Amino acid sequence: MSQSAPAERAALIEFEHVTVTFDETRALDDVSFRICEGETRILMGAASSGKTVVLKTAMGLVRPRSGRVILMGEDITDRPETELFGIRSKLGMLFQESALFDSMTIAQNVAYPLLNQKGNKLPRDEMESAVRSSLRFVELEQTMERYPSELSGGMRRRVAIARAVVTKPPLLLYDSPTAGLDPITAHTIMALIVKERDVDNTTAIVVTYRYQDGNLVANFRYNPDSGRLDPAGSQGTNTIFMVLREGRLVFEGGQDELEASKDPYVAKFIKRPERDAA
Amino acid sequence: MLDALKGPVQAVQEFYALTGRAIRNVVLKPLYIDDILLQMDSIGVGSIPIVLLTGTFTGAIMALQLGRELQQYGQTDQTGKAVSIILVRELGPVLTAVMMAGRNSSGIASEIGSMKVTEQIDAMRALGTDPVKKLVTPRMVATAIMLPCLTVIDDFIGMVGGWVIGKIVYDLQTLQYWTNSWQALSWGDVVQGLLKPFVYSFVVSLVGCHFGLNTTGGTQGVGRATTQAVVVAAVSIFVLDLFLGKIFVSGQTGL
Repeated sequence: MSQSAPAERAALIEFEHVTVTFDETRALDDVSFRICEGETRILMGAASSGKTVVLKTAMGLVRPRSGRVILMGEDITDRPETELFGIRSKLGMLFQESALFDSMTIAQNVAYPLLNQKGNKLPRDEMESAVRSSLRFVELEQTMERYPSELSGGMRRRVAIARAVVTKPPLLLYDSPTAGLDPITAHTIMALIVKERDVDNTTAIVVTYRYQDGNLVANFRYNPDSGRLDPAGSQGTNTIFMVLREGRLVFEGGQDELEASKDPYVAKFIKRPERDAA
Repeated sequence: MLDALKGPVQAVQEFYALTGRAIRNVVLKPLYIDDILLQMDSIGVGSIPIVLLTGTFTGAIMALQLGRELQQYGQTDQTGKAVSIILVRELGPVLTAVMMAGRNSSGIASEIGSMKVTEQIDAMRALGTDPVKKLVTPRMVATAIMLPCLTVIDDFIGMVGGWVIGKIVYDLQTLQYWTNSWQALSWGDVVQGLLKPFVYSFVVSLVGCHFGLNTTGGTQGVGRATTQAVVVAAVSIFVLDLFLGKIFVSGQTGL
């Protein structure tokens, strides 16, 4: 079951009345929220509702027109690009289309943040073992010397997760991790996200339009002994749902509140799967 | 009216901002030497066949046409002189740059454009790399080194093409052709012939990068960016050539 975050925890991301525009279109409209350490946020919304823009704004890849974005205690709203590289190295992001570099092998792709992020540079031998263990985490160690174009969509997504977690960042942003994947592969990807959360105790935002993804994250925990997902039970998962509609945040709360919501737009996202089904 | 101008003015402003950042990055660390060498190979060495082909045929056709004109005055022995001056001063730099625009501005725009629409540029920024430093500066430096070299190759192979035609069609003496070609050139011509491609190299690389980085609208957008890059780069080279030509002519003759 989901539960609210204690107020005294440190906020990793804070949006204060953030508005983002592209030309004259409002992609985000006066969005405010606060994500504390240890939380998992499920961000839902229809296509073009601004889900990806939230993640890109949180990383400083997109600049807000008004409002403030505070990332790990630092106001990044007006920071020049060069000053953002340091703080971005504390984040991992999975892009919607995986965004692996086509010209590099899988190993080079996963090693990229270790080679280029100032705070994450490692000696050569340690780097190799970090890349290997990150690929082992997504069960793709055997693909190290292959190129992204040789892998399937689901495998590319898993490699992109490996690249996002190789630096062990405390905060992870997942942009539609299951978009365009078959249900079995989608489940594998979501299971990896739950595993990453429970193994490394990371905070995360998971953007998705599939309620079952959010349900899985909110109600299951990774069991390191069996290597499978078990129902979270009373332990909880500290998961909070948010729903975006045309750039506006129309819902923020736990799973019970979400399911009880009378808002027709919010209700559209909710299918009621059996919570305890494996 | 003003709204219609807003887009182009903004594009020009963005182009100059990109140019400034790319040039500034040359002196800022890290300089991606591996990427520069890779681009020199792809942009420079990869363009040699096309330069050899166009150069040979340009020189040959010039010799053919000029030789016929000069024949009327009994001056066919001056063919080499005419071919070398036209090639080194004008046609070599312009034709090589236009061929490079066709091959490389388009290649750069489509490669960077594809990276843009598949979020690889954003990923690069997210993973601690400045895309201008990693993608634009190496292409700019590589083109600035390779375009003058390719122009020299084009000039020479053009003269060879002219010599073959002179020999076969007009029965020119080899020594006479090459001596005339060589003696016709002054240092000013050589400087002009190398400075022009150096300037055009920035157009070839940066126009490609600019359109690539501003690609929107999926794969269709990549196609659009590629076409625009070639058109803008090629037209800019011709426009710039007139201005540079005027500067050099004024410099050499005082006109």
